[in-house]
Amino acid sequence: METQDINQTIEKPTSKKVKKMMLILSKATIDNVYACFILANGARMEGIEAEIFFTFFGLEAVQKKKLEHLHVATVGNPAMHIPTLLGGLPGMESFATSMMKKEMEKLDIPPVGEFIEILEASGAKLWACKLAMDMFHLERKDLVDEISDVLTVGDFYQRAEGENTQLLFI
Amino acid sequence: METTIAGQNINLNPEGYLLDLNQWNPEIAEHIAQEEGIELGEEHWPVLKFLQEQHRQEVALSIRKVGKSGIVNIKEFYALFPGGPLKKASRIAGIPKPASCI
Repeated sequence: METQDINQTIEKPTSKKVKKMMLILSKATIDNVYACFILANGARMEGIEAEIFFTFFGLEAVQKKKLEHLHVATVGNPAMHIPTLLGGLPGMESFATSMMKKEMEKLDIPPVGEFIEILEASGAKLWACKLAMDMFHLERKDLVDEISDVLTVGDFYQRAEGENTQLLFI
Repeated sequence: METTIAGQNINLNPEGYLLDLNQWNPEIAEHIAQEEGIELGEEHWPVLKFLQEQHRQEVALSIRKVGKSGIVNIKEFYALFPGGPLKKASRIAGIPKPASCI
């Protein structure tokens, strides 16, 4: 056993090329959801495996009733460059979100629902977090069909076994 | 970088993409496909043709656009060109590497 290990080290230094991206999405603001989806899709486009674990508010992105109604945060988001009080006015979030969606459509970025279909078609694996499902009283039928299964954190970590896997929390 | 593929002189960029689509022909495509580990069959050619047409019309390519082409869906596209479909298909089609994240 020992000899074998030594031989492996001498013969072939392990490649550093990323083989698998494991993304954990815990937020439902539209900018975070898109960051996660674009990273997963971009990985598949490079021939890298990609999996997303939807937990806590991230589950909103895969709930049939909610996924097309995600918003950008206009309060507590310094990058919006508007006063916090103004950001809290009724309709501000919707307004900012629709502006953002228009800009994204120009760049050929699909809406959330279509993006989920693209991810599934490209071979990305989508998982829902069991604990968060229980916490929000969600059932499998509340989620889009593209979700492969409901997993525990342990299940998800097991899928991260193997060389050159990267985990990313969003 | 100048090289000879299938008896023809062609110019490639450092990543192996053709610099001039006019130098492209099906034999060159077959050769590049082999380098990418892909055996070109009947279903590949319409996709390559579509990519070339889009390139000539100066349309920025994306996986989404290919999926909506009516020629292949996204699943089929990944199956035809495994391990980075848009990049590999573009290289085989003789067009530049798409600068797309989608």
